Amino acid sequence: MSCWQTIQDYGLRSIGIGERLLPREDFTLCQQFTLIGSGMIWNIYFGFFALVLGFFFATALAVGKGSSNRLIRKPSEWFIFIFRGSPLFIQFFFGYFLFLSLKSNYPFFDPFTAAWLGALIVLFCNTAAYTGEIFYGALQSIPKGDTEAADAYGMSGWPRFKRVIWPTMLRLAWPAYTNEAIFLFQSTALVFFSGFPAWQQRGDALYYASYFADKTFNPFIAYPILAMYFILLTLVIVSLFGLINARLNRHLPQHTRSKLRVRPNLIR
Amino acid sequence: MACYLTTGKHMSIYTSVFTVLLLLAVTAPVALGFGFAGASAARSSVAPLRWFGKSYIALVRGVPDIAFFLFFVIALDQGIEYLRHKALCRDWSEPIRQGNDFVVCQAAKMPLGDAPQWVHETYGFSLAVLTFSIVFGAFAANVLFGAMRAVPHAQLETAGAYGMSQRQIFWRVLVPQMWVYALPGLSNLWMVLIKATPLLFLLGIEDIVYWARELGGTKTSRFTDYPHGDWRMWYFLALLVFYLVFTRISEVVLERLMQRLTHGQATSGGEAQRKAAA
Repeated sequence: MSCWQTIQDYGLRSIGIGERLLPREDFTLCQQFTLIGSGMIWNIYFGFFALVLGFFFATALAVGKGSSNRLIRKPSEWFIFIFRGSPLFIQFFFGYFLFLSLKSNYPFFDPFTAAWLGALIVLFCNTAAYTGEIFYGALQSIPKGDTEAADAYGMSGWPRFKRVIWPTMLRLAWPAYTNEAIFLFQSTALVFFSGFPAWQQRGDALYYASYFADKTFNPFIAYPILAMYFILLTLVIVSLFGLINARLNRHLPQHTRSKLRVRPNLIR
Repeated sequence: MACYLTTGKHMSIYTSVFTVLLLLAVTAPVALGFGFAGASAARSSVAPLRWFGKSYIALVRGVPDIAFFLFFVIALDQGIEYLRHKALCRDWSEPIRQGNDFVVCQAAKMPLGDAPQWVHETYGFSLAVLTFSIVFGAFAANVLFGAMRAVPHAQLETAGAYGMSQRQIFWRVLVPQMWVYALPGLSNLWMVLIKATPLLFLLGIEDIVYWARELGGTKTSRFTDYPHGDWRMWYFLALLVFYLVFTRISEVVLERLMQRLTHGQATSGGEAQRKAAA
Protein backbone atom coordinates (compact mmCIF):
# COMPACT_ATOMS: atom_id res chain seq x y z
CA MET A 1 0.00 0.00 0.00
CA SER A 2 1.47 3.28 -1.03
CA CYS A 3 1.86 6.17 1.31
CA TRP A 4 -0.54 8.30 -0.69
CA GLN A 5 -3.19 5.61 -0.26
CA THR A 6 -2.59 5.66 3.50
CA ILE A 7 -3.01 9.39 3.64
CA GLN A 8 -6.30 9.10 1.78
CA ASP A 9 -7.48 6.36 4.12
CA TYR A 10 -6.39 7.81 7.43
CA GLY A 11 -5.80 11.51 6.86
CA LEU A 12 -9.20 12.45 8.25
CA ARG A 13 -9.67 9.32 10.36
CA SER A 14 -9.91 11.32 13.59
CA ILE A 15 -13.12 13.00 12.44
CA GLY A 16 -14.60 9.79 11.11
CA ILE A 17 -13.83 10.06 7.39
CA GLY A 18 -12.00 7.22 5.69
CA GLU A 19 -11.05 3.72 6.75
CA ARG A 20 -12.88 2.54 9.87
CA LEU A 21 -10.37 0.03 11.16
CA LEU A 22 -7.09 1.27 12.54
CA PRO A 23 -4.04 -0.59 11.30
CA ARG A 24 -3.41 -3.59 13.53
CA GLU A 25 -0.01 -4.93 12.49
CA ASP A 26 2.98 -4.11 10.31
CA PHE A 27 2.83 -0.46 11.17
CA THR A 28 4.59 1.67 8.62
CA LEU A 29 6.16 5.00 9.37
CA CYS A 30 3.73 6.59 6.95
CA GLN A 31 0.73 5.25 8.87
CA GLN A 32 2.08 6.64 12.12
CA PHE A 33 2.73 10.06 10.62
CA THR A 34 -0.69 10.18 8.99
CA LEU A 35 -2.75 9.04 11.96
CA ILE A 36 -0.97 11.17 14.53
CA GLY A 37 -1.25 14.13 12.20
CA SER A 38 -4.92 13.38 11.74
CA GLY A 39 -5.30 13.45 15.51
CA MET A 40 -3.82 16.93 15.57
CA ILE A 41 -7.12 18.12 14.05
CA TRP A 42 -8.71 17.60 17.46
CA ASN A 43 -5.90 19.35 19.30
CA ILE A 44 -6.26 22.34 17.01
CA TYR A 45 -10.06 22.28 17.30
CA PHE A 46 -10.00 22.27 21.12
CA GLY A 47 -7.21 24.79 21.38
CA PHE A 48 -8.62 27.21 18.83
CA PHE A 49 -12.20 27.37 20.10
CA ALA A 50 -11.23 27.41 23.79
CA LEU A 51 -8.79 30.23 23.07
CA VAL A 52 -11.19 32.37 21.04
CA LEU A 53 -14.19 31.93 23.33
CA GLY A 54 -12.05 32.11 26.46
CA PHE A 55 -10.56 35.40 25.36
CA PHE A 56 -13.84 37.29 25.78
CA PHE A 57 -14.73 35.64 29.06
CA ALA A 58 -11.21 36.33 30.33
CA THR A 59 -11.58 40.03 29.61
CA ALA A 60 -14.82 40.03 31.60
CA LEU A 61 -13.14 38.13 34.45
CA ALA A 62 -10.18 40.52 34.54
CA VAL A 63 -12.44 43.56 34.67
CA GLY A 64 -14.56 41.80 37.28
CA LYS A 65 -11.54 41.02 39.46
CA GLY A 66 -10.46 44.63 39.25
CA SER A 67 -13.94 45.90 40.07
CA SER A 68 -14.58 47.78 43.30
CA ASN A 69 -17.97 46.12 43.68
CA ARG A 70 -17.70 43.13 46.00
CA LEU A 71 -20.56 41.27 44.33
CA ILE A 72 -18.67 41.26 41.03
CA ARG A 73 -15.15 40.94 42.41
CA LYS A 74 -15.64 37.94 44.68
CA PRO A 75 -17.17 35.58 42.08
CA SER A 76 -14.44 36.44 39.58
CA GLU A 77 -11.73 35.90 42.17
CA TRP A 78 -13.20 32.54 43.16
CA PHE A 79 -13.61 31.41 39.58
CA ILE A 80 -9.99 32.24 38.82
CA PHE A 81 -8.75 30.60 42.03
CA ILE A 82 -10.71 27.40 41.48
CA PHE A 83 -9.59 26.85 37.92
CA ARG A 84 -5.99 27.93 38.47
CA GLY A 85 -5.59 26.16 41.80
CA SER A 86 -6.61 22.67 40.78
CA PRO A 87 -5.17 20.29 38.20
CA LEU A 88 -6.73 20.38 34.76
CA PHE A 89 -6.73 16.61 34.81
CA ILE A 90 -9.04 16.54 37.83
CA GLN A 91 -11.18 19.25 36.26
CA PHE A 92 -11.68 17.06 33.20
CA PHE A 93 -12.69 14.11 35.34
CA PHE A 94 -15.00 16.20 37.46
CA GLY A 95 -16.57 17.84 34.42
CA TYR A 96 -17.14 14.52 32.72
CA PHE A 97 -18.81 12.91 35.71
CA LEU A 98 -20.80 16.06 36.42
CA PHE A 99 -22.20 16.04 32.90
CA LEU A 100 -22.76 12.29 33.17
CA SER A 101 -24.96 12.62 36.24
CA LEU A 102 -26.74 15.66 34.82
CA LYS A 103 -27.42 13.67 31.68
CA SER A 104 -29.21 10.92 33.59
CA ASN A 105 -31.63 13.52 34.97
CA TYR A 106 -32.01 15.90 32.04
CA PRO A 107 -31.69 14.61 28.46
CA PHE A 108 -30.66 18.14 27.45
CA PHE A 109 -27.13 17.37 28.64
CA ASP A 110 -26.67 14.48 26.20
CA PRO A 111 -24.04 16.10 23.97
CA PHE A 112 -22.09 17.39 26.98
CA THR A 113 -20.62 13.99 27.79
CA ALA A 114 -19.03 13.83 24.35
CA ALA A 115 -15.53 15.20 24.18
CA TRP A 116 -16.21 17.77 21.48
CA LEU A 117 -18.46 19.79 23.76
CA GLY A 118 -17.77 18.70 27.35
CA ALA A 119 -14.00 18.89 27.14
CA LEU A 120 -14.26 22.14 25.24
CA ILE A 121 -16.27 23.67 28.10
CA VAL A 122 -13.70 22.56 30.69
CA LEU A 123 -10.83 23.88 28.56
CA PHE A 124 -12.74 27.11 27.98
CA CYS A 125 -13.22 27.72 31.72
CA ASN A 126 -9.62 26.77 32.43
CA THR A 127 -8.05 29.04 29.86
CA ALA A 128 -10.45 31.85 30.75
CA ALA A 129 -9.24 31.67 34.36
CA TYR A 130 -5.53 31.66 33.44
CA THR A 131 -5.96 34.39 30.84
CA GLY A 132 -8.16 36.39 33.21
CA GLU A 133 -5.34 36.44 35.73
CA ILE A 134 -2.87 37.57 33.05
CA PHE A 135 -5.23 40.32 31.87
CA TYR A 136 -5.88 41.38 35.46
CA GLY A 137 -2.16 41.78 36.00
CA ALA A 138 -1.94 43.85 32.81
CA LEU A 139 -4.88 46.02 33.89
CA GLN A 140 -3.06 46.77 37.12
CA SER A 141 0.04 47.91 35.28
CA ILE A 142 -1.55 50.25 32.76
CA PRO A 143 0.46 53.49 32.95
CA LYS A 144 -1.35 56.09 35.01
CA GLY A 145 -0.67 58.72 32.34
CA ASP A 146 -2.75 56.83 29.78
CA THR A 147 -5.90 56.85 31.87
CA GLU A 148 -5.31 60.43 32.95
CA ALA A 149 -4.99 61.47 29.32
CA ALA A 150 -8.25 59.67 28.53
CA ASP A 151 -9.93 61.52 31.40
CA ALA A 152 -8.52 64.82 30.14
CA TYR A 153 -10.08 64.17 26.73
CA GLY A 154 -13.42 63.78 28.45
CA MET A 155 -13.66 60.05 27.81
CA SER A 156 -15.43 57.87 30.29
CA GLY A 157 -17.14 54.54 30.59
CA TRP A 158 -17.25 52.37 27.48
CA PRO A 159 -15.30 54.57 25.02
CA ARG A 160 -12.56 55.00 27.60
CA PHE A 161 -12.35 51.26 28.09
CA LYS A 162 -12.56 50.39 24.40
CA ARG A 163 -10.14 52.97 23.08
CA VAL A 164 -7.58 53.35 25.85
CA ILE A 165 -7.66 50.70 28.55
CA TRP A 166 -8.39 47.60 26.51
CA PRO A 167 -5.72 48.08 23.80
CA THR A 168 -3.10 48.92 26.40
CA MET A 169 -4.09 45.90 28.46
CA LEU A 170 -3.74 43.63 25.44
CA ARG A 171 -0.40 45.14 24.54
CA LEU A 172 0.99 44.59 28.03
CA ALA A 173 -0.49 41.13 28.41
CA TRP A 174 0.43 39.82 24.98
CA PRO A 175 3.77 38.10 25.71
CA ALA A 176 2.28 36.24 28.67
CA TYR A 177 -0.83 35.48 26.67
CA THR A 178 1.28 33.87 23.96
CA ASN A 179 2.69 31.46 26.50
CA GLU A 180 -0.80 30.76 27.77
CA ALA A 181 -1.90 29.88 24.24
CA ILE A 182 0.99 27.45 23.91
CA PHE A 183 0.15 25.82 27.25
CA LEU A 184 -3.45 25.54 26.18
CA PHE A 185 -2.64 23.72 22.97
CA GLN A 186 -0.37 21.36 24.83
CA SER A 187 -2.92 20.63 27.50
CA THR A 188 -5.45 19.60 24.86
CA ALA A 189 -3.43 16.39 24.76
CA LEU A 190 -4.99 15.43 28.10
CA VAL A 191 -8.57 15.28 26.83
CA PHE A 192 -8.84 11.66 25.82
CA PHE A 193 -6.91 10.41 28.83
CA SER A 194 -9.36 11.81 31.32
CA GLY A 195 -12.71 10.11 31.20
CA PHE A 196 -13.97 11.57 27.96
CA PRO A 197 -14.33 8.55 25.69
CA ALA A 198 -12.87 8.51 22.20
CA TRP A 199 -15.92 7.51 20.21
CA GLN A 200 -15.11 5.01 17.43
CA GLN A 201 -11.42 5.55 18.12
CA ARG A 202 -11.59 9.14 16.95
CA GLY A 203 -8.96 10.60 19.21
CA ASP A 204 -6.37 13.31 19.31
CA ALA A 205 -2.71 13.05 18.41
CA LEU A 206 -1.60 11.65 21.76
CA TYR A 207 -4.37 9.08 21.64
CA TYR A 208 -3.00 7.67 18.39
CA ALA A 209 0.60 8.02 19.52
CA SER A 210 -0.05 5.96 22.63
CA TYR A 211 -2.04 3.50 20.50
CA PHE A 212 1.05 2.89 18.38
CA ALA A 213 3.38 2.82 21.37
CA ASP A 214 1.16 0.25 23.07
CA LYS A 215 0.90 -1.95 20.01
CA THR A 216 4.55 -1.88 19.03
CA PHE A 217 6.14 -1.63 22.50
CA ASN A 218 8.34 0.98 20.91
CA PRO A 219 7.96 4.51 22.24
CA PHE A 220 10.89 5.79 20.20
CA ILE A 221 8.93 6.37 16.99
CA ALA A 222 5.39 7.45 17.84
CA TYR A 223 6.25 9.95 20.58
CA PRO A 224 8.98 11.79 18.66
CA ILE A 225 6.52 12.15 15.76
CA LEU A 226 4.01 13.62 18.20
CA ALA A 227 6.69 15.92 19.58
CA MET A 228 7.52 17.09 16.08
CA TYR A 229 3.90 17.94 15.36
CA PHE A 230 3.59 19.86 18.61
CA ILE A 231 6.77 21.79 18.02
CA LEU A 232 5.47 22.75 14.57
CA LEU A 233 2.18 23.84 16.10
CA THR A 234 4.06 25.88 18.71
CA LEU A 235 6.08 27.60 15.99
CA VAL A 236 2.89 28.48 14.10
CA ILE A 237 1.29 29.90 17.25
CA VAL A 238 4.40 31.91 18.07
CA SER A 239 4.56 33.44 14.61
CA LEU A 240 0.83 34.28 14.52
CA PHE A 241 0.96 35.85 17.95
CA GLY A 242 4.13 37.66 16.96
CA LEU A 243 2.29 39.30 14.06
CA ILE A 244 -0.48 40.45 16.37
CA ASN A 245 2.11 41.65 18.86
CA ALA A 246 3.77 43.74 16.16
CA ARG A 247 0.41 45.27 15.31
CA LEU A 248 -0.43 46.03 18.93
CA ASN A 249 2.90 47.80 19.38
CA ARG A 250 3.00 49.56 16.00
CA HIS A 251 2.67 53.05 17.51
CA LEU A 252 5.76 52.65 19.70
CA PRO A 253 9.33 53.46 18.66
CA GLN A 254 11.21 50.35 17.55
CA HIS A 255 13.56 50.01 20.49
CA THR A 256 10.91 50.23 23.20
CA ARG A 257 8.70 47.52 21.73
CA SER A 258 8.33 44.52 23.95
CA LYS A 259 9.73 41.42 22.37
CA LEU A 260 7.88 38.17 22.59
CA ARG A 261 9.77 35.86 24.89
CA VAL A 262 8.51 32.39 24.58
CA ARG A 263 8.74 30.15 27.59
CA PRO A 264 6.69 27.15 26.67
CA ASN A 265 5.53 24.27 28.69
CA LEU A 266 4.44 23.89 32.24
CA ILE A 267 1.67 21.58 33.20
CA ARG A 268 -1.48 22.77 34.79
CA MET B 1 -21.64 7.69 57.12
CA ALA B 2 -18.65 7.36 59.41
CA CYS B 3 -18.74 3.60 58.86
CA TYR B 4 -18.95 4.09 55.11
CA LEU B 5 -15.94 6.39 55.03
CA THR B 6 -13.76 3.94 56.97
CA THR B 7 -14.27 0.79 54.91
CA GLY B 8 -11.15 -1.06 53.82
CA LYS B 9 -11.24 0.41 50.35
CA HIS B 10 -11.56 3.92 51.66
CA MET B 11 -8.46 3.30 53.71
CA SER B 12 -6.63 2.69 50.42
CA ILE B 13 -7.65 6.09 49.09
CA TYR B 14 -6.28 7.71 52.24
CA THR B 15 -3.01 5.81 51.81
CA SER B 16 -2.86 6.92 48.20
CA VAL B 17 -3.00 10.51 49.42
CA PHE B 18 0.26 9.68 51.16
CA THR B 19 1.56 8.25 47.91
CA VAL B 20 0.98 11.65 46.35
CA LEU B 21 2.65 13.44 49.23
CA LEU B 22 5.56 10.99 49.12
CA LEU B 23 5.94 11.60 45.40
CA LEU B 24 6.08 15.35 46.03
CA ALA B 25 8.52 14.93 48.90
CA VAL B 26 10.89 12.78 46.86
CA THR B 27 10.53 14.50 43.51
CA ALA B 28 11.01 18.07 44.69
CA PRO B 29 14.59 17.64 46.01
CA VAL B 30 15.64 15.25 43.24
CA ALA B 31 14.29 17.58 40.55
CA LEU B 32 16.03 20.48 42.24
CA GLY B 33 19.25 18.48 42.12
CA PHE B 34 18.74 17.70 38.41
CA GLY B 35 17.95 21.35 37.84
CA PHE B 36 21.05 22.50 39.69
CA ALA B 37 23.22 20.11 37.71
CA GLY B 38 21.56 21.15 34.45
CA ALA B 39 21.95 24.85 35.16
CA SER B 40 25.58 24.46 36.22
CA ALA B 41 26.24 22.45 33.07
CA ALA B 42 24.52 25.06 30.90
CA ARG B 43 26.79 27.83 32.16
CA SER B 44 29.92 25.71 32.19
CA SER B 45 32.95 26.81 30.20
CA VAL B 46 33.43 23.32 28.78
CA ALA B 47 31.58 23.33 25.47
CA PRO B 48 30.17 19.76 25.37
CA LEU B 49 28.90 20.09 28.93
CA ARG B 50 27.28 23.40 28.06
CA TRP B 51 25.61 21.93 24.99
CA PHE B 52 24.36 19.03 27.07
CA GLY B 53 22.87 21.35 29.69
CA LYS B 54 21.27 23.64 27.17
CA SER B 55 19.80 20.88 25.07
CA TYR B 56 18.43 19.16 28.19
CA ILE B 57 16.61 22.36 29.08
CA ALA B 58 15.42 23.02 25.55
CA LEU B 59 14.31 19.50 24.79
CA VAL B 60 11.94 18.94 27.67
CA ARG B 61 10.23 22.27 27.15
CA GLY B 62 8.10 22.68 24.04
CA VAL B 63 6.64 19.20 24.04
CA PRO B 64 3.50 18.34 26.03
CA ASP B 65 4.74 16.94 29.30
CA ILE B 66 2.15 14.25 29.36
CA ALA B 67 3.76 12.84 26.23
CA PHE B 68 7.05 12.90 28.09
CA PHE B 69 5.54 11.04 31.00
CA LEU B 70 4.18 8.34 28.74
CA PHE B 71 7.42 8.20 26.79
CA PHE B 72 9.94 8.17 29.62
CA VAL B 73 8.33 5.42 31.65
CA ILE B 74 8.52 2.95 28.77
CA ALA B 75 11.87 4.24 27.59
CA LEU B 76 13.47 4.04 31.04
CA ASP B 77 12.01 0.60 31.64
CA GLN B 78 13.31 -0.70 28.32
CA GLY B 79 16.63 1.05 28.78
CA ILE B 80 17.23 -0.59 32.16
CA GLU B 81 16.23 -4.00 30.85
CA TYR B 82 18.43 -3.52 27.80
CA LEU B 83 21.47 -2.72 29.92
CA ARG B 84 20.83 -5.63 32.27
CA HIS B 85 20.37 -7.88 29.29
CA LYS B 86 23.72 -6.83 27.85
CA ALA B 87 25.42 -7.38 31.19
CA LEU B 88 23.75 -10.59 32.36
CA CYS B 89 23.02 -12.62 29.23
CA ARG B 90 26.07 -12.43 27.03
CA ASP B 91 25.34 -15.67 25.21
CA TRP B 92 21.90 -14.52 24.02
CA SER B 93 21.95 -14.56 20.24
CA GLU B 94 18.49 -13.41 19.19
CA PRO B 95 17.81 -9.72 18.59
CA ILE B 96 16.02 -7.85 21.35
CA ARG B 97 13.51 -6.14 19.11
CA GLN B 98 11.61 -8.87 17.29
CA GLY B 99 9.12 -7.01 15.15
CA ASN B 100 6.65 -5.53 17.58
CA ASP B 101 8.04 -7.27 20.64
CA PHE B 102 10.69 -6.32 23.12
CA VAL B 103 12.34 -9.52 24.31
CA VAL B 104 15.03 -9.85 26.96
CA CYS B 105 16.21 -12.92 28.81
CA GLN B 106 14.51 -13.93 32.06
CA ALA B 107 17.37 -12.86 34.30
CA ALA B 108 17.27 -9.33 32.86
CA LYS B 109 13.61 -8.75 33.60
CA MET B 110 13.17 -5.78 35.86
CA PRO B 111 11.86 -6.42 38.41
CA LEU B 112 12.40 -10.18 38.30
CA GLY B 113 9.35 -12.16 37.26
CA ASP B 114 9.13 -13.95 40.60
CA ALA B 115 9.52 -10.83 42.74
CA PRO B 116 6.76 -10.14 45.26
CA GLN B 117 4.01 -7.65 44.52
CA TRP B 118 5.42 -4.81 46.58
CA VAL B 119 8.67 -4.86 44.59
CA HIS B 120 6.69 -4.34 41.40
CA GLU B 121 4.79 -1.47 42.96
CA THR B 122 7.92 0.17 44.34
CA TYR B 123 9.68 -0.22 41.01
CA GLY B 124 6.77 1.40 39.18
CA PHE B 125 6.68 4.19 41.70
CA SER B 126 10.41 4.89 41.44
CA LEU B 127 10.19 4.97 37.66
CA ALA B 128 7.43 7.54 38.03
CA VAL B 129 9.55 9.57 40.44
CA LEU B 130 12.49 9.47 38.06
CA THR B 131 10.29 10.60 35.17
CA PHE B 132 8.84 13.45 37.17
CA SER B 133 12.33 14.45 38.26
CA ILE B 134 13.71 14.48 34.73
CA VAL B 135 10.86 16.63 33.44
CA PHE B 136 10.73 19.01 36.38
CA GLY B 137 14.51 19.06 36.58
CA ALA B 138 14.54 20.70 33.17
CA PHE B 139 12.11 23.38 34.34
CA ALA B 140 14.11 23.90 37.52
CA ALA B 141 17.32 24.09 35.48
CA ASN B 142 15.77 26.83 33.42
CA VAL B 143 14.74 28.79 36.51
CA LEU B 144 18.11 28.36 38.22
CA PHE B 145 19.97 29.27 35.03
CA GLY B 146 18.07 32.54 34.93
CA ALA B 147 18.64 33.11 38.65
CA MET B 148 22.38 32.58 38.32
CA ARG B 149 22.51 35.22 35.63
CA ALA B 150 20.41 37.59 37.77
CA VAL B 151 22.98 37.77 40.56
CA PRO B 152 24.65 41.16 40.09
CA HIS B 153 27.77 40.64 38.03
CA ALA B 154 29.72 43.19 40.04
CA GLN B 155 29.54 40.89 43.04
CA LEU B 156 31.21 38.06 41.13
CA GLU B 157 33.88 40.43 39.85
CA THR B 158 34.48 41.69 43.38
CA ALA B 159 34.93 38.13 44.57
CA GLY B 160 37.38 37.58 41.72
CA ALA B 161 39.28 40.72 42.72
CA TYR B 162 39.65 39.28 46.21
CA GLY B 163 41.47 36.37 44.64
CA MET B 164 38.78 33.72 44.87
CA SER B 165 38.96 30.89 42.38
CA GLN B 166 36.09 30.15 39.98
CA ARG B 167 34.95 27.31 42.22
CA GLN B 168 34.97 29.52 45.31
CA ILE B 169 33.06 32.27 43.53
CA PHE B 170 30.46 29.77 42.43
CA TRP B 171 29.90 28.17 45.82
CA ARG B 172 30.42 31.12 48.15
CA VAL B 173 28.96 34.06 46.23
CA LEU B 174 26.75 32.88 43.41
CA VAL B 175 24.91 29.95 44.98
CA PRO B 176 23.92 31.59 48.29
CA GLN B 177 22.59 34.66 46.51
CA MET B 178 20.74 33.09 43.63
CA TRP B 179 17.90 31.65 45.72
CA VAL B 180 16.07 34.91 46.15
CA TYR B 181 15.96 35.31 42.38
CA ALA B 182 15.03 31.68 41.88
CA LEU B 183 12.26 31.48 44.44
CA PRO B 184 9.40 33.02 42.43
CA GLY B 185 10.11 30.64 39.59
CA LEU B 186 10.62 27.69 41.89
CA SER B 187 7.43 28.33 43.81
CA ASN B 188 5.56 28.52 40.53
CA LEU B 189 7.15 25.20 39.67
CA TRP B 190 6.06 23.71 42.98
CA MET B 191 2.46 24.69 42.22
CA VAL B 192 2.78 23.10 38.82
CA LEU B 193 4.27 19.97 40.38
CA ILE B 194 1.33 19.70 42.76
CA LYS B 195 -1.01 19.98 39.82
CA ALA B 196 0.93 17.36 37.87
CA THR B 197 0.54 14.65 40.51
CA PRO B 198 -2.76 13.30 39.14
CA LEU B 199 -0.83 12.29 36.04
CA LEU B 200 0.55 9.44 38.17
CA PHE B 201 -2.67 7.72 37.26
CA LEU B 202 -1.57 7.57 33.64
CA LEU B 203 1.63 5.87 34.66
CA GLY B 204 -0.35 3.00 36.11
CA ILE B 205 0.08 3.81 39.78
CA GLU B 206 -2.96 3.24 41.98
CA ASP B 207 -3.23 6.84 43.09
CA ILE B 208 -6.13 8.97 44.27
CA VAL B 209 -7.60 9.33 40.80
CA TYR B 210 -7.67 5.56 40.43
CA TRP B 211 -9.37 5.08 43.78
CA ALA B 212 -11.84 7.91 43.21
CA ARG B 213 -12.98 6.23 40.02
CA GLU B 214 -13.04 2.85 41.68
CA LEU B 215 -14.93 3.85 44.82
CA GLY B 216 -17.33 6.27 43.16
CA GLY B 217 -18.63 3.79 40.62
CA THR B 218 -22.06 2.27 41.06
CA LYS B 219 -22.15 -0.39 43.76
CA THR B 220 -24.88 -2.96 44.12
CA SER B 221 -25.83 -4.49 47.43
CA ARG B 222 -24.45 -7.86 46.34
CA PHE B 223 -20.86 -6.82 46.80
CA THR B 224 -20.94 -4.23 49.52
CA ASP B 225 -22.88 -3.25 52.59
CA TYR B 226 -23.23 0.29 51.29
CA PRO B 227 -24.88 0.25 47.85
CA HIS B 228 -24.97 3.59 46.06
CA GLY B 229 -25.36 5.05 42.60
CA ASP B 230 -22.73 6.78 40.51
CA TRP B 231 -20.94 8.96 43.03
CA ARG B 232 -17.76 9.58 41.04
CA MET B 233 -18.71 13.22 40.65
CA TRP B 234 -18.62 13.71 44.43
CA TYR B 235 -15.31 11.90 44.78
CA PHE B 236 -13.74 14.11 42.16
CA LEU B 237 -15.25 17.15 43.83
CA ALA B 238 -13.47 16.07 47.01
CA LEU B 239 -10.20 15.74 45.05
CA LEU B 240 -10.73 19.20 43.59
CA VAL B 241 -11.16 20.65 47.07
CA PHE B 242 -8.11 18.73 48.32
CA TYR B 243 -5.94 20.25 45.60
CA LEU B 244 -7.35 23.74 46.16
CA VAL B 245 -6.60 23.59 49.89
CA PHE B 246 -3.14 22.20 49.23
CA THR B 247 -2.40 24.98 46.72
CA ARG B 248 -3.62 27.64 49.13
CA ILE B 249 -1.44 26.35 51.98
CA SER B 250 1.60 26.24 49.69
CA GLU B 251 0.94 29.79 48.58
CA VAL B 252 0.90 31.04 52.16
CA VAL B 253 4.04 29.13 53.14
CA LEU B 254 5.98 30.23 50.06
CA GLU B 255 5.01 33.83 50.67
CA ARG B 256 6.47 33.64 54.18
CA LEU B 257 9.64 32.04 52.80
CA MET B 258 9.99 34.81 50.25
CA GLN B 259 9.68 37.37 53.05
CA ARG B 260 12.57 35.69 54.87
CA LEU B 261 14.77 35.37 51.81
CA THR B 262 14.37 38.95 50.61
CA HIS B 263 15.56 40.18 53.98
CA GLY B 264 18.67 42.28 53.41
CA GLN B 265 18.85 41.63 49.66
CA ALA B 266 19.59 44.34 47.11
CA THR B 267 16.23 43.90 45.40
CA SER B 268 13.12 46.07 45.43
CA GLY B 269 11.51 43.62 47.85
CA GLY B 270 14.41 43.89 50.25
CA GLU B 271 14.40 47.66 49.89
CA ALA B 272 10.69 47.79 50.77
CA GLN B 273 11.34 45.71 53.88
CA ARG B 274 14.16 48.01 54.93
CA LYS B 275 11.97 51.08 54.51
CA ALA B 276 9.08 49.50 56.40
CA ALA B 277 11.40 48.73 59.32
CA ALA B 278 12.98 52.17 59.40
